[in-house]
Amino acid sequence: MIARLGPPLAMALLAGPIVAGIAGTLLPAFGFLPALGHSTLSVDPFYTLLAEPGLARSLVSGLGAGLASTMLALGAVMLFVAGWIDEPVFQRLRRGLSPLLAVPHAAAAFGFAFLVAPSGFLARLVSPELTGWLAPPDVLIVNDPMGLALIAGLAVKETPFLFLMTLAALPQTPAGPSRLLAAALGYGRVAGFLHTVWPSLYRQIRLPVFAVIAFSTSVVDVAVILGPTTPPPLAVRLVQWMNDPDLAMRFKASAGALLQLGVSAFAIFAWIGLERLAGAVARALCGSGFRLRRDAALRLIGVATMAAFAATVFAGLFVLALWSVAGLWQFPDSLPDRFTLAGWSDVLPRLADPLLRSIGVGAAATAAALALAVPALMREDETGAPMGRRARLLIYLPLLVPQIAFLFGLQTAILAAGLTPSAPLLVAVHLVFVLPYVFLSLSDPWRAFDRRYEAVAFGLGRSRTRMLLTVKLPMLAPALATAAAVGFAVSIGLYLPTLLIGAGRLPTVTTEAVALAAGGNRRVIGVWALMQATLPAAGFVIAAMLSRLVYRGGPGRT
Amino acid sequence: MENMGLRLDKVTIALGDHDLLEVDCAIAPGEVLTIMGPSGSGKSTLLSFVAGSIDPAFRASGRIVCAGRDLTGLPPQERHAGILFQDALLFPHMSVGGNILFAIPAAERGRARRRSLAEAALADVGLAGFYSRDPATLSGGQKARVALARVLASHPSMLLLDEPFSRLDADLRGRTRDLVFAAVRARRLPALLVTHDEADAAAAGGPVIRISA
Repeated sequence: MIARLGPPLAMALLAGPIVAGIAGTLLPAFGFLPALGHSTLSVDPFYTLLAEPGLARSLVSGLGAGLASTMLALGAVMLFVAGWIDEPVFQRLRRGLSPLLAVPHAAAAFGFAFLVAPSGFLARLVSPELTGWLAPPDVLIVNDPMGLALIAGLAVKETPFLFLMTLAALPQTPAGPSRLLAAALGYGRVAGFLHTVWPSLYRQIRLPVFAVIAFSTSVVDVAVILGPTTPPPLAVRLVQWMNDPDLAMRFKASAGALLQLGVSAFAIFAWIGLERLAGAVARALCGSGFRLRRDAALRLIGVATMAAFAATVFAGLFVLALWSVAGLWQFPDSLPDRFTLAGWSDVLPRLADPLLRSIGVGAAATAAALALAVPALMREDETGAPMGRRARLLIYLPLLVPQIAFLFGLQTAILAAGLTPSAPLLVAVHLVFVLPYVFLSLSDPWRAFDRRYEAVAFGLGRSRTRMLLTVKLPMLAPALATAAAVGFAVSIGLYLPTLLIGAGRLPTVTTEAVALAAGGNRRVIGVWALMQATLPAAGFVIAAMLSRLVYRGGPGRT
Repeated sequence: MENMGLRLDKVTIALGDHDLLEVDCAIAPGEVLTIMGPSGSGKSTLLSFVAGSIDPAFRASGRIVCAGRDLTGLPPQERHAGILFQDALLFPHMSVGGNILFAIPAAERGRARRRSLAEAALADVGLAGFYSRDPATLSGGQKARVALARVLASHPSMLLLDEPFSRLDADLRGRTRDLVFAAVRARRLPALLVTHDEADAAAAGGPVIRISA
């Protein structure tokens, strides 16, 4: 009975806010916002928007960063998987990359900035010995006008996600036999894999790739930390307008949000064009019998890129930790001259409230997501029909539509409805983003569950509910715990939804950390960003302990 | 109450508009009816129809009567249909004893009594002293015997055997088979065996139905 309500409820909760949000963006974009006394339709907001100086540059930097970073990340994953699958290093890097998925975008971006900035850790390591620098060189590495730092930061952070999605899809491809067959026909590892396995593999990770494009073309937090500033990418400017005390700016911001929707959609269409092109090239190469027998260099590039990306995130977190306890740390010293907890004791009194809110909202949204995902999957068990294409698209919808396009509308709608920002409202909006990840993370192990165990339990006289509680859910406890940890990590990392729905009144660790970006106080940033990165990690540790508890506590009990 | 056996009354199984099989038979208490056929012939589906957990993709008709009780349409947990699959499917989050306790009907009350019933059930299959073991530490043959003890502990009114010996090597297969068939005869259970293996059918000693693809 509960199971029957699961899927429609989950769909309403996913699609409802998006539809309402886009409507709430659409109306003000055309000058309609009765709450502010505007009740006629006009295209004036678009004229004001188009008159903004530097709009074209803002558009291009967002678009370019999104496409370039996705290409880099996917290329690294593709080369690495093609060249190294079945090798020991594959398993080792797999274990190394998985935890990186849990590192929030903002923390990863801060770590990256602290690493590569002219006064960053890397420059300090080699200065003055190799460079002769006694002062940081006067070059713009972070916040560079070309957006190179933004592209690199995004690529580093998206790689673990695309890699894990690829790993999840691999078992459904004939990777082993195809590779042997291609090798027997004289193909190098990379060419053999790309010709025989990649096409079916890519088809399965296409939606996650689109999600990465939609996200990275409209990202705000990473762009604030690493992106160009004069002018910043469109999404960053939109948030500035939206937060302007002058409410009239909302019209321009809403029109801009629609433009952002168009930019992200254009990026996805451009990507589809690239897919076609790559497909044609691949077919031509395949037909010509191009075997790429000597691909050692290419394979080396693959593994080196992946290892470098992973090392960058870990090193970034290390530098964040270093700064959070650094005393005086002058350039070009490699390490601070002393360590102090002054940064922590400064921040601590202000940390408690956002920290507790982050944890509370994350836990509540995760619990709600599990409470929706489990009945939806139970329903699948009952009907015997796995989710269709359309339902799968719906699950991905909140990840495919740029957040900004419907969050503006939601904020406006909340305002128009006379609601004040509150924690339950924040939980509801987080749920929109948490639910897809929880569902996607849980659905594979749930569907892989050997249903003969259910038949055994039924045969022993157990009802459906008893079977679920005593057999299926305990056996799926590790998967449930992992899904919960994933959901919690997603909620912790959410910047834009928290900022917009909280309207500045409900700060979390994430919004506080990003707000410090402009200030450049590395000790304080170190503390906040480290806290932000610690929360999801703690979630995964607790999940691992809980699932071990179920199994270890099991034997001997009934 | 005397078990009057299991009756499959004009049972048909179809997938889409393709009729897979049709069975009309009676199995006496203590008798094993063997159904042989190639994979895809619907023989395992027949077992899940009897057990009440048929995949909704299949269409099935006919009546199932066991011990004079019409089971057709009853939920699976009301049918008392004990099942053995080719894997033992011991619950990995419970101990060996926990698996048996899980099967013992709730009507048996008292911790100590339930525990001693479970110990006895394990002793019956030659696994005395295995109560606290983790199923993961057992050999294939031991797992198969725990699975048998578990299904018998639930006091089933029939046994459904879905190629339960096919994963065991030849020597172990013979001994496990003897143990299962001896239990069927001793408890006078009607049993329905689905298999590829002629030797299983011969050892079962009962009637054999052969279906073609």
